Amino acid sequence: MIARIRRGGLPYLLLLPALALELLIHLVPMVIGIAMSFKRLTQEYIGNWGAAPWAGLDNFRLAVDFDAPAGRALLHSFAVTCAFTVLAVGLAWLLGVTAAILMQDTFRGRGLLRALFLTPYALPVYTAVITWSFLLQRDNGLVNHVLHDQLGITDSPTFWLVGDNSFTALVITSVWRTWPFAFLMLTAALQNIPRESYEAAQLDGAGIRRQIRHITLPALRPVNQVLVLVLFLWTFNDFNVPYVLFGKAAPEAADLISIHIYQASFETWNFGSGSAMSVLLLLFLLVVTAVYLLVTGRGRRGGHG
Amino acid sequence: MAEAGTSPTAPPRSFIWTRRVLLTLLALFTATPLYVMLSSSLKPLRDVTGAFRWFPSHLTVQPYLDIWRTVPLGRYFVNSLIVASAATACSVVIAVFAAYAVSRYRFRGKRLFTVTVLSTQMFPGILFLLPLFLLFVNIGNATGVALYGSRGGLILTYMTFTLPLSIWMLVGYFDSIPRDLDEAAQVDGCGPLGALLRVVVPAAVPGIVAVAIYSFMTAWGEVLFASVMTNDVTRTLAIGLQGYATQTEVYWNQIMAASLVVSVPVVAGFLLLQRYLVAGLTAGAVK
Amino acid sequence: MRRFRMAAAAALTTALTAALATGCGGGNAPGDTAGNGNPKELTYWATNQGSSVEADKKVLAPELKKFERRTGIKVHLEVVPWATLLDRILAAASSGQGPDVLNIGNTWSASLQKSGALLPFDGKTFAEVGGKERFASAPLAATGARGKDPAAVPLYSLTYALYYNKAMFREAGIEQPPTTWAELVADGKKLTRGGKYGLAVEGGNPVENAHHAFVFGKQHGADFFDAAGKPTFDRPANVAAVKQYVDLLANDRIAAPGNAEYAQNQSVRDFATGKAGMLLWQAARTSLLAHGMKPDEYGVAPVPFRSADASGRRNVNSMVAGINIGVFKNTDNLDGALKFVKFMTSTDEQNVLTTKYGSLSPVLAAQKHAPRTPDEAVLREVLAKSAEPLPQVPDEAQFETLVGGAMKELFADAAAGKKITTADVRARLTAAQQQMQK
Repeated sequence: MIARIRRGGLPYLLLLPALALELLIHLVPMVIGIAMSFKRLTQEYIGNWGAAPWAGLDNFRLAVDFDAPAGRALLHSFAVTCAFTVLAVGLAWLLGVTAAILMQDTFRGRGLLRALFLTPYALPVYTAVITWSFLLQRDNGLVNHVLHDQLGITDSPTFWLVGDNSFTALVITSVWRTWPFAFLMLTAALQNIPRESYEAAQLDGAGIRRQIRHITLPALRPVNQVLVLVLFLWTFNDFNVPYVLFGKAAPEAADLISIHIYQASFETWNFGSGSAMSVLLLLFLLVVTAVYLLVTGRGRRGGHG
Repeated sequence: MAEAGTSPTAPPRSFIWTRRVLLTLLALFTATPLYVMLSSSLKPLRDVTGAFRWFPSHLTVQPYLDIWRTVPLGRYFVNSLIVASAATACSVVIAVFAAYAVSRYRFRGKRLFTVTVLSTQMFPGILFLLPLFLLFVNIGNATGVALYGSRGGLILTYMTFTLPLSIWMLVGYFDSIPRDLDEAAQVDGCGPLGALLRVVVPAAVPGIVAVAIYSFMTAWGEVLFASVMTNDVTRTLAIGLQGYATQTEVYWNQIMAASLVVSVPVVAGFLLLQRYLVAGLTAGAVK
Repeated sequence: MRRFRMAAAAALTTALTAALATGCGGGNAPGDTAGNGNPKELTYWATNQGSSVEADKKVLAPELKKFERRTGIKVHLEVVPWATLLDRILAAASSGQGPDVLNIGNTWSASLQKSGALLPFDGKTFAEVGGKERFASAPLAATGARGKDPAAVPLYSLTYALYYNKAMFREAGIEQPPTTWAELVADGKKLTRGGKYGLAVEGGNPVENAHHAFVFGKQHGADFFDAAGKPTFDRPANVAAVKQYVDLLANDRIAAPGNAEYAQNQSVRDFATGKAGMLLWQAARTSLLAHGMKPDEYGVAPVPFRSADASGRRNVNSMVAGINIGVFKNTDNLDGALKFVKFMTSTDEQNVLTTKYGSLSPVLAAQKHAPRTPDEAVLREVLAKSAEPLPQVPDEAQFETLVGGAMKELFADAAAGKKITTADVRARLTAAQQQMQK
């Protein structure tokens, strides 16, 4: 009897510290955040949130009223964020998996190269991004120096930090910073593939491509599933990169939702409306994640694994 | 022993060439900004803000001397180190236990736990900011433990914020470790915890290292919470480095110099840990 | 059993949430008032005024020591960088946990006033720190909404001026600095040649843009908010005003296209290094010297008007820029805080601080001495005669973000070679205004 309880209780015991922390530091603020979205929480009530009048669904109605400029701006920002996330995650994953697979075998300089690849991730975000903003300056930046002055590809120096190209700038900066993480995770995952599998395949006459397709990629599946989801959530909600790259006012073409919400709540002191946008975002991401988990089958295993 | 490069089944020439080309391109993409950081950190400010040049025309180490005067870099570095290390240690330990439970046990509420924990990652961080600050202030008022403005509050924040993804990633790694391994250990007389610590954790070292690096770097670079939750004394690097962009001037050369100085220990740490990533090779191959 | 556990967790979450959401622990319930529980200490958040946070600490340390010697109150100073200041103040305002005394940008006065986080300076409180009469009227107007008790007291003042490169003017045969925009554009065209430009603008910085929009708007006889505090961004006069400013780059082409992305004071650098002949800036002296420009290499003049005989409400050529000093409502050392405000705004301290920071003093008695620099003479006159505070309405921050941001996009379009028409400007401003409506 006692043994039974102990066995049944063990997983809960193992989860307890994580559960307690998440509940206190993560879930409670989140629930407060959700509650805020139903309030008219402007600067008038910032010192006493309880006194802010309930707004019902007004904040939400405003956010999804796509005929009005505020709603349209949110929709635009949402579209930009989706495009940015797909591109940045796709590229980061692609670079990560390519490098990890190519560096699976030892060759001279591998250690050095691995260290180099991991370095962008070892820099503080601020450093990494401010360096890119330095490179992307129109008049004195390296990128235009190469493209315009040295290669002569463009007629006149390109603007990267304002206007439409700022989207490209954002993607490049984000990929530069995140792909080493994908590389790191996948390199670690590759260590778990027994070398014998490759040797056996080689003896069977399988070429590199077939080995990658039939041994490496399937073995990476569990980690890939998590990695892509993690990158997706990170990138979608990324605040640091656009904030450091563009400051508090991002160009329209790179108006990511996190900056948009920051502006709606902090710059304009309207926390109710910012919270409503966040809740909508939460709902969207929940749906995407649920679909993703269903499609990749991870949720099912998580359910009774 | 079985070094692939020297083994009789060496990869074909075409593969080696593809590898060379692709890795060179990636190396250029990665290294160019790093090179610019280095070269800019060795230029006088006037040259850095002028038209771009690949090679510095005046070399100077002055920025490396100035960085300590412009902002208290040493203190920020120590703060960041304390906060990031403590948050990482706590987060990894807690995540290992939680991930083991999720990966190896069936229990009610498992799906609820995983989904809820993951959902916290979907709420924009900025909206946590004020509620969490309020929470800390209230805890402070009720218990006398000052969490706002202290390193403790920041550690608590970061370890909690990295937990969900750490757990998720570790579940992935634990799942990829054959279950027979720890079941065998349990048959051999280890309890479930013994199996976790003696079999699963060693086999998952690369994953754990990767997760630890994730936690560390998240805490190391986080800007938003650090900006509100720290003060002059507890300010971390991520915020402190912004001090080189002042009202009157952006000291690019000093930003680059300071960034390099503070990143050297972190990169060195990476290089050391890299061994463990590779050491996982043998651990993972245990049959 | 398990259901119970989950229910308990849910109950705990709800309880904690409710406790927070009702603000019971915020410590800043409306009834809360300042006290004197801690009479020997003060916490002071200063803004970054000098070349760096560390430099500011060095400037302020001896003054705070002086205050401690006189009153026995120890001041814990924190110089808060601008990037984090507003977020810190918001967190302090919402939790009631903040400094005793703090500096604020004077454009935030009305917002903070509405939040109730700062101690209102009613007649009696103001008298305790020396009285309203001690201050110049323009900075005093930038301490909160009209008709309400000020949220803070003016501490440092600044105005915009036109800086011009004497050598470049001489070479181009320009004898006097321009006094009207038409003259400025004409002079700018003479200066724009050989890779050099007439004017440097900070086109990628919404705040700078909004400041200029305000001044140009005034000169066109328009306001961005009506008397009731409602936004009027897209009135024809405002559209014309914004267009006139953007046209300096877009149509007149006296500013370099690259200026469209300037947001880190690169325009000051361009001016100091002779890449541009003119600059519209607030108290640029320290920065210019830091960039290696010598005091006799540049001249200072008031910002131009639309016509030489501008008068009345169109006689505005600068906003009242500056810093106010306020007392946090939850202070536990009210008397000390007021003493400190009085100390910082005393004539002697003002003389010391404004000399070190190169700013103007809002205190009349501290403006009596002869100007220390030619710059100060011009700035002082502008402050006295033709500077007006930005709209003192709670939504002012939104004006800066939205209108300044719209101008940033217009600059970007212009620099990329698109033609900027009145309709384009109006469309941007209309969109900005519609985003204001809640």
